Amino acid sequence: MINFQKITKIYYSDGRSITALKDVSFEIQPKEFVSIVGRSGAGKTTLFKMLMAEENPTDGFVIFEGEDVHQIGRSNLPHIRRKIGAIFQDYKLFPSKTAYENIAYIMEVMGVSDGEIAGTVPQVLELVGLKERADNFPEELSGGERQRVAIARALVHRPDVILADEPTGNLDPFHTQEIIKLLVKINEMGTTVVLATHNKEIVNSLGKRVITLEKGEVIRDEVKGKFIL
Amino acid sequence: MTLLIRIIKSGWMDFKRNSGLSVAAIFIMVLAISMATSLFLFRESSQILTKNIEEKLDMYVYFNDELSSDEILAIQKELSGVSGIKDVVYISKDEALQKFVLKHRDDQSIMESLRELGKNPLLSSINIQAWEASQYAAISNFLINSDFSSLISKIDYQQKKPAIERLASISSGINNAGIIANIILALAAILVAFNTVRLAIYNSREEIETMRLVGASNNFIRGPFLVQGVIVGFLSAVIALLIFGVGLLFLNSGLKLLLSGFNLFGYFISNLPVIFLTQLAFGIGLGVISSQLAIRKYLRA
Repeated sequence: MINFQKITKIYYSDGRSITALKDVSFEIQPKEFVSIVGRSGAGKTTLFKMLMAEENPTDGFVIFEGEDVHQIGRSNLPHIRRKIGAIFQDYKLFPSKTAYENIAYIMEVMGVSDGEIAGTVPQVLELVGLKERADNFPEELSGGERQRVAIARALVHRPDVILADEPTGNLDPFHTQEIIKLLVKINEMGTTVVLATHNKEIVNSLGKRVITLEKGEVIRDEVKGKFIL
Repeated sequence: MTLLIRIIKSGWMDFKRNSGLSVAAIFIMVLAISMATSLFLFRESSQILTKNIEEKLDMYVYFNDELSSDEILAIQKELSGVSGIKDVVYISKDEALQKFVLKHRDDQSIMESLRELGKNPLLSSINIQAWEASQYAAISNFLINSDFSSLISKIDYQQKKPAIERLASISSGINNAGIIANIILALAAILVAFNTVRLAIYNSREEIETMRLVGASNNFIRGPFLVQGVIVGFLSAVIALLIFGVGLLFLNSGLKLLLSGFNLFGYFISNLPVIFLTQLAFGIGLGVISSQLAIRKYLRA
């Protein structure tokens, strides 16, 4: 489903080069739950940016559902991105839209009918425990609630894969557990989940595949892995 | 169609929710439209004023006493076909005398002198009106070099020349200054309005980035901003029209004195559809083009 083939990413700044990813290769199968772990700056977010075609690799290919995401052309990029539900560490919610509108946005983009949107969005809001907060704007929500809106937005259109980049980074232990349970639930419903985190407890409690990155390189890839750095 | 309705709805919601920015954009756009409108009115009123004054100018060609009225009428006919001449009127000796008497009937010494003379001392003449003040010199030259120049006793162009030339230079000066001021101020207004829209879109750059990442197409992202540009342009045009309508209504009596009787409010009302459509096109055009240019750099995937 997702195939990183010998990905290298080098950033150039002030005449210096910084290698964010070095010869990274791995494959993710449909319905897998994969944790990508590593210290801050290990290359987890860069990896996600590569899959979203937000940035181009210096070398190598990223294949998503049989297509090289960096070769499909600008006009086709939105179609690829609609198959991916992204959860960002800083939420990236639309400040001038309500929780309901933030979640409905992706369905509007996809041309889903108003009736279907009106039926689905409340269900997803209920799933993330925010039915009562539908009409609130992001600034009126707590950090945990914002993160749950971001998760609801990522899954409402039933994407093939969810990329969760440090989704619990700003949350307390209680909300962290809630979010992880939700991701597991989504995975059990058949969606591939890729979780980037540096939270040891979460990774160890999951008992699922773990890919460990260090200084831009894959140093470990275990089917039932643990957080080891 | 569904997408179009969503884009329009989204643009309207964003306009309402970002009310602070929307009001600022409208304020700047009203200024820009007002600047363009006042320059339009200035140019139009200066052209009408110049034309009014030019219409009051004329030139008399006096003919030798022995010329018959038929000969003068033949010359009149020839002159009416000359380019630059708007009107040619023949004034016979008798008509000239009647006018003279009417004008000086209260001046006893003049009337006494006329009686003592015992005959009509005035000459037959042709009164010429040109389309523009600057054309009198050419008409005068034409007459001097014409076949019938020997029949002409006097052309009063030389007497009126300084006044005519001054008016011609003032009228072309006003027009040139108007055009230059128009271009400079319109450019300034466009730049200010463009920067306001650019700032508003810069403020939304992170949202635009998120829209791209969740899979929105460029048209779906761009659309609501263009809709906001249309709304801002439309409302600004309406507000500017109201400001000008009410302002001119109250200032009209003062402006009439300043513009030697020219009714600027009347001119504004009689040209209302053209003025409003121009303001609308300017406002909406500026809003949409500014939005389109400003958003372009954020849509490069």
